[in-house]
This record gives sequence, C-alpha cells and structure tokens, in this order.
Amino acid sequence: MQRHGKAYWTLHYAMLGFFVVAALLPLFWLLKVSVTPNDLMYGEGVRLWPTRATLEHYRSVLRLGQFPLFFRNSVIVAAGTALASSVLASAAGYGFSRFRFRGKRWIIGLMLVTQMFPLVMIVAPIFRMLAPLGLTNSLTGLILVYTAFNVPFASFLMQSFFDAIPADLEEAAMLDGATRLAAACRIIVPLTLPGLAATLGFVFTAAWSELLFALMLNSSSAAVTLPVGLLVFVSKFSVDFGQMMAAGVLALLPVCVFFVFVQRYLVRGLTAGAMKG
Amino acid sequence: MLRGIDLCIEDGEFVVLVGPSGCGKSTLLRLIAGLEEASSGEIRIGDRIVNELAPKDRDVAMVFQSYALYPHMTVRQNLSFSLQLRGLSKDKIDDAVKAASAKLGIEELLHRKPRALSGGQRQRVAMGRALVRDPKVFLFDEPLSNLDARLREQMRYEIRKLQRELGTTTIYVTHDQIEAMTMADRIVAMNAGVVQQIGTPAELYDEPANLFVAGFMGSPAMNFAEVSLVQDGDGVIVLMGIDRLGRIAPPPVVREDHRAILGVRPERIALGAPASGLAARIELLEPTGPGTIVHVRLGAQRLQVFATERLAAGVNDTIGLTVAPGDLRLFDPDSGEAVRCPKS
Repeated sequence: MQRHGKAYWTLHYAMLGFFVVAALLPLFWLLKVSVTPNDLMYGEGVRLWPTRATLEHYRSVLRLGQFPLFFRNSVIVAAGTALASSVLASAAGYGFSRFRFRGKRWIIGLMLVTQMFPLVMIVAPIFRMLAPLGLTNSLTGLILVYTAFNVPFASFLMQSFFDAIPADLEEAAMLDGATRLAAACRIIVPLTLPGLAATLGFVFTAAWSELLFALMLNSSSAAVTLPVGLLVFVSKFSVDFGQMMAAGVLALLPVCVFFVFVQRYLVRGLTAGAMKG
Repeated sequence: MLRGIDLCIEDGEFVVLVGPSGCGKSTLLRLIAGLEEASSGEIRIGDRIVNELAPKDRDVAMVFQSYALYPHMTVRQNLSFSLQLRGLSKDKIDDAVKAASAKLGIEELLHRKPRALSGGQRQRVAMGRALVRDPKVFLFDEPLSNLDARLREQMRYEIRKLQRELGTTTIYVTHDQIEAMTMADRIVAMNAGVVQQIGTPAELYDEPANLFVAGFMGSPAMNFAEVSLVQDGDGVIVLMGIDRLGRIAPPPVVREDHRAILGVRPERIALGAPASGLAARIELLEPTGPGTIVHVRLGAQRLQVFATERLAAGVNDTIGLTVAPGDLRLFDPDSGEAVRCPKS
C-alpha cells in the first residue's frame, strides 16, 4: 500500500469522491426540493440550498389523509414479499447447491428465462389470472406477484451463498447425529445469515419501489403502495414537487433504516464468495 | 466408482486405506459413513447392515480433511454439539467435554472460536469432536494433509497412541504411504476403485501383490527393470540384458517368452568395489541425512540405491552392485501381478 505516491492517492480519492457525489446528488436534490418553500421553488434558479428551508411539505404530506395508509401498505407488501421470497429462495438455493436431481438444469434454466423479458409484457395476463381469484386491489395479490418475480434471482443469490459453505460442515453435523434438516438449521443457516440479509434487503427494496404492477393491479386506494401514492402529487396541470419530494424522502427512510441494520451482514455477504475457507 | 470391495475389519483394528488421489479411498470411507449411497453390496457395522441407515444412526465419527469445525461455535460448543443432539444432560456433557479436551490438551481453548486456532489446534478439536461421543468407529479422511511436516509427524504419533488407548476401530484414509506404513495394523492399498492388496505394512512392503503396490509403497521408490528368466537346473537365473543379477531357487513359474519385470528395493542393493558385483556408474548423489540416494546407471537401466553408509565414491565413479537373490521380486509384464515364488 505504501508503494503508491501522493498523486496516486489523490487521484484515487478524487475518483471515489466523484462517484459518491454522482450517486448521491439526486438524493440530495430530493431532500433539497422537499424543504424548499413553494414560493422559492422556481424563483431562485439552481442553488444547492434554498435561502429559507421549511418542513411544511412534510406536514402536509403526513396530514394528507392517505399517505400513512400508503406507507402501511408498502410496509406490508415489501415485508411480506421479502419474507416469503427469502424463505422460498433459501429452500430452493439450498436444493440447487446441495442436491443432484433430475431436471435440475431445466428448472434453473426456466427460472433464468423468467428474468429475461420485460414485465410489461405479462401485466395483462397476470391481471386476467388474478382478477377471478379476487387478488386484484389486494395486498396479498401484490405479495404473490412480487414473490413470484423475485424468487428466481433470490434463489441464485442464496445458492451462491450456500455454495460458499463447505458441504463438510453439514456432513460433520449429520455424523454428529443431526438430520439433514437439523444440520441445515443449526449449522448452515447461522452461517448464511449475511447472505440471507443480502437477499432480504434486495427483495425488500425491489418490492418497496415497484411501480408497474402496483399501478396496474390496483384501482382502489385501499391497496395503493408508496410508489403509486407518489403519483397523487401529479395532477393534470401541475406537479406538486415539494410534497412529492417530501413523500419521497419519507419513503426512503424505512429502506435506509433497514440497510443500517443489515449493512454489516450485507458487506460480508456480498464478499463471502471471494474469501472461501 | 468402486468395484469388488470385500473388506472385513476386526474390532479395534487400525486400518489405513491408501492410494493415489481418485482411487476411491475417500468414497469408500464416505460409504461407510453414510454420506454416499452404495449402488449394490452390503455394509455392516458390528452385526447391523447399515446401508439403509442415515449417517446419524450409524454411530460412526469422522474427522474431515478440512476439519469441518462449526465456525460460529466455540470449541466447547463444537465438542458438545453431538451430545446435545442426543439429549444428554448438561452435567454429562460437561464431563465428556472435559475428559475429551483433557485427553487432547485443548482445555485452554474451549472458549475460542475455530478461526482463532492454529492448524494443529483445529486438528485436535476435530479429533475431540469425534472422540467425545465414544463412537463404534472412527473415520479419518486425510486428517493430516493440511499440517506442516513436523506437526504431521507428531499428530501421527498422537492419533495412533490415542487409538491404542481407546481401542476404537479406526479407518484412516491417506494418500501418504508413510502415514499408512507407520500407523496401520493393516493397509488396504487401492487404485482406480479396486483393492490392490490388503495386509500388514510389512507384507505390503516386502511382498507387494503387484506392480502398483510395489511402486506405491516405499520412498525412494522400488526399482523396476525388464529382465529375462533362464532355467538353470532347479533354479532360475535373472538376466538384465547380459548382466546376471542372481539365481532364484526354487524357481518361480516362468512364462514361455521368459520375460518378467524385476523389482528391487533401493535399500536392498549393496554397494561395493567395482569388482565386487555388477559395475555401474554413479549419475547423481542425493544425501538425505540418514543415508544417500545413489542414482546409478547399469547398462541402459537407471537404478536408485539407498546407501546408509557414507560413500567415498563420487559422480561418474564406477561402483559394484550386489543384490541378495531373496530380495529380487518378479512381476508378470502383462498383468503386473507378482510372480509367486514357492516358499523354500
């Protein structure tokens, strides 16, 4: 590390800094607009921070009757999807990682295929399938659809985490007197926690921010989630940017909190494959 | 792929499965452990046929090459895991863990996680996890191959000593013929999924059943040379080219074309003055400490000689080789099987 000179490190951090700024600037803008009073919104030109900040947008968003409902809906849908997908993906990933069975390659191939085309294509068929089952306008329906779409990728993710854990460990446990299930639960699952956290985070975020299906499968406000809810602020003739951004910031909070919690596991999880043994 | 394995291990015996990698020795061990399923045949432990039994019900303990310690558990938890699964009381578990860790000298490490242990310590914990259960059979899968040479020697000794004390039947897999020689009551030499020979270390070393075993056991390796056998009264003369190596009597069965492969252990060749035996030229000397590996050329044939006396001769010097007729081993050039000499 010491071999590199000052110029190297300056450039190094300049590039990192550039990347971080480029990635975070939109978020900063979100925050900035959310605290800009309406009368300064267009009057001040491009400034990094308004001359006067206000929380009035937040107040009106929270007072706006439906926002808490949307929020609750999103929490239910995202958490439900994350739980269901992670359980299914763990089971599937474990199977792919540990067992040889007939049709395995076909199943993996089919799961890959589901990831290959734009979702817009199947909105209509999904709607036709869910409507007679009473699963449109319903959070359960959304959880079902999101889970179906997230499980394949999450399974591959979990498989790679299971692959990184030597089979010796559960074989040792099985010889120690555990059934395969007990060995998986007591030895493998604790070691996969980082991977599980990564998968949970991935699925949670995906479900939290999904717009297309949430929009197309719901027509009543009872089952509206946050991304759809944000469209409330777009009216025929104007967009209420202040409130929209304030709602956006509020919508980001749970995801941030979630990632603060799993961050430690996540970093370990994403690099787990790189440091076997 | 294993074929025609017929092996009966006595109670309390220490049996080593040895062979090159891919010979099926680990597969055989995993079949016994129940981690692999046999497509046909029977596996018995005691008087139970265990083919259909899950690994957990076979009452065998295994030490893995990777040690396979549970990384998220302390040493104590690693050791008590199997006992907890059997629902033993806490007191009993503590006693068993204490006894096992005392035996292995790892009492000080009980609170540590595996990642904070050295290779040798991990190895000990892995053994502790096996012996804390007092199983019917110990299985070892190349347990020493991740250790450095010095530690390997020490653990070799400790494993063997421990097994003698406990008297537990042990099956030990290794690719290292020295481990096999030093530790085994009986060795099972395997190659390409087939058992080549079963016997005591001395039997395998002195009377190898075929070229594979002869070449695999022993270091430096046995010398092989094509020879022809000439009937001579009630004996047979072994000729390498035009050099007469010796006369074997009573004679072995000789093929019609008189050909055979000769095997001689390097330490069984005596070196002397050029006139005292077959004259050979020294090509290279490799001092090993206890002796010297002398590479010589005899006609077109290269041979290795292991000499325990210090040598006066140097490279390119000529030296005389002699071999006692009793140290000549003959193999069929086609089948590789040993040519049996009737006992005199």
